[in-house]
Amino acid sequence: MVEDRRLGDAIAYIILTIGVLIVAFPVWLTFVASTWDASTVINGQMPLYPGPYLLENYNRILFVGTSGTTREPVIGMMVNSFIMAMTIALGKIFISVLSAYAVVYYRFPFRMAAFWIIFVTLMLPVEVRIFPTFKIVSDLNMLDTYQGLAVPLIASATGTLLFRQFFMTIPDELLEASKIDGAGPFKFFKDTLLPLSMTTIAALFVIQFIYGWNQYLWPLLVTTKDSMQTIVIAIKKMIVTADALTEWQLAMATAMLAMLPPVIVVIAMQRLFVKGLVETEK
Amino acid sequence: MAQVTLSNVKKVYAGGVEAVKGVSFDIPDGGFCVLVGPSGCGKSTLLRMVAGLETISSGEIAIGNRVVNQIEPAERDIAMVFQNYALYPHFSVYDNMAYGLRNLGTPKDEIDRRVREAARILAIEPLLERRPKQLSGGQRQRVAMGRAIVRKPQVFLFDEPLSNLDAKLRVQMRVEIKKLQRALGVTSIYVTHDQVEAMTLSDKLVVMNAGQVEQIGLPADVYRKPASKFVATFIGSPPMNILSGAVDGPGIVALGEAILEAHDMRLDLAPQMAVEVGLRPEDVEIASEGQAGSLPFEVEFIEELGATQLFHGKLAGKPFVMQAATGEVAAQEGRLWITVDPAKVHVFDPQTGARLGRADGFS
Repeated sequence: MVEDRRLGDAIAYIILTIGVLIVAFPVWLTFVASTWDASTVINGQMPLYPGPYLLENYNRILFVGTSGTTREPVIGMMVNSFIMAMTIALGKIFISVLSAYAVVYYRFPFRMAAFWIIFVTLMLPVEVRIFPTFKIVSDLNMLDTYQGLAVPLIASATGTLLFRQFFMTIPDELLEASKIDGAGPFKFFKDTLLPLSMTTIAALFVIQFIYGWNQYLWPLLVTTKDSMQTIVIAIKKMIVTADALTEWQLAMATAMLAMLPPVIVVIAMQRLFVKGLVETEK
Repeated sequence: MAQVTLSNVKKVYAGGVEAVKGVSFDIPDGGFCVLVGPSGCGKSTLLRMVAGLETISSGEIAIGNRVVNQIEPAERDIAMVFQNYALYPHFSVYDNMAYGLRNLGTPKDEIDRRVREAARILAIEPLLERRPKQLSGGQRQRVAMGRAIVRKPQVFLFDEPLSNLDAKLRVQMRVEIKKLQRALGVTSIYVTHDQVEAMTLSDKLVVMNAGQVEQIGLPADVYRKPASKFVATFIGSPPMNILSGAVDGPGIVALGEAILEAHDMRLDLAPQMAVEVGLRPEDVEIASEGQAGSLPFEVEFIEELGATQLFHGKLAGKPFVMQAATGEVAAQEGRLWITVDPAKVHVFDPQTGARLGRADGFS
């Protein structure tokens, strides 16, 4: 029996390793490409180990910029992307936790109607409502601003739904105990509901940060200045150049840099996830 | 400390369902009142109305001399223990107990003194820094009690607080709650569906059914003289046997062939009027065959309870249970002759279920 289990474990590890290799290989290739010079990458004979140009390439892309269409250094775009992703993630959490609190705990006229209207917006992502949204943002003179980048993406139903489902699992007695303990609606929200929601908030933050970071279509529309561009657009612009050679090593370095913040967020939040999962109990 | 007065309290839900249909009673200062009844009888709704968690449709609830109908739960000077304890999962035991006092703006050292005192009374001092999930069911129950005690309220409200505990712990906590309530002298209202809890804890027992009060009284009185067939079968375990009979004369009922004396039966009942006769399993005595007033009981099987045995079978065509100390009656199936003390025969109206007792309150 013991032998059998070892064999099973071994097979599982082999399959997992193959899976990891398949997923990791393109990432490795990207990293390797970002450490060679342009000619090595382009001649089709690039080695599979890192080259000597790592510092040079990253220094150039971060602080100098490419010689192609996008002349801004990438560091500014990373800041733009970061501000946009953070605003979207935090804004969504703020709005959805409040609206879910209203929908679950308050009895007001057309409560369910309000909830269903929020629900229906799930079917209306930015791509569908892009022209009216663009019109509004441009009429409000928010083109080429951080508000213009982030605010239209904050409104969405996902977070509200997530919090609503979570709030519904919290026993009513907790609210009643709070009432008897003299906690009003705001105090109950602050002292009981928010601390209990930390895991949900962390989960939503990870999802929405990555969602915001990866936005392409919307920033492409509302930003015209190079200084307001996000990193995802920068990568795209670096690759499609009709009149010049693509500087692949720099595009790859940008891709590596673009990957970094979401990875950091996932790793950092993962700890909170686990901590929350172990400690909270409804 | 305060007395609690309910006058004609009603609860009608939005759909028109009447959960509580006009209930009036009062609980003296320091009294322990138990509301008992089957699920859906309105007992929890009534308690929640006292707590302020449900609005009162009509009628009045007063705590002390103050009508509390329009007063927020936090300002009613009550404390409540919930069935699932409703402890704040993210607070330590200490904070769970201190939270209510902090919201009242009680000074820090006063909070600390009260929490530590309650912890000492409940023997949960070593647990103060723990989180609720690190506690056993019995310990959580104590913390919930502690949260009630530190408030020093005028009224304790208990909503089936023991039903999530295992049988052994339930008996233990029952005794502790009673002792604690005596020691603190706080007026208490306790909701349960368990008639043993109801009998042992209360000094005022309120039996409810379908939104109405069936009987109010001392537990022993409710047990000895149930006001209706519902109370008779609800209080007492195993439940009272109900047989169909007819009036045979003043103080005499006929059960088929057999004749039975019933001391507490109205004397003005028309002869041949159909009645229901209630006999408690523990009031049944063994008789010899042919003895006057003896009834034939066909035993079908016997249940062992250790100290006692339950004899299940049929009497006058109806299911019947008799309880006897182990060894007192030969444990075998077949016919037994039994009698019942005429003072312990209960007679009910078959239509209304009301007790047909003597007006002079024979007991």
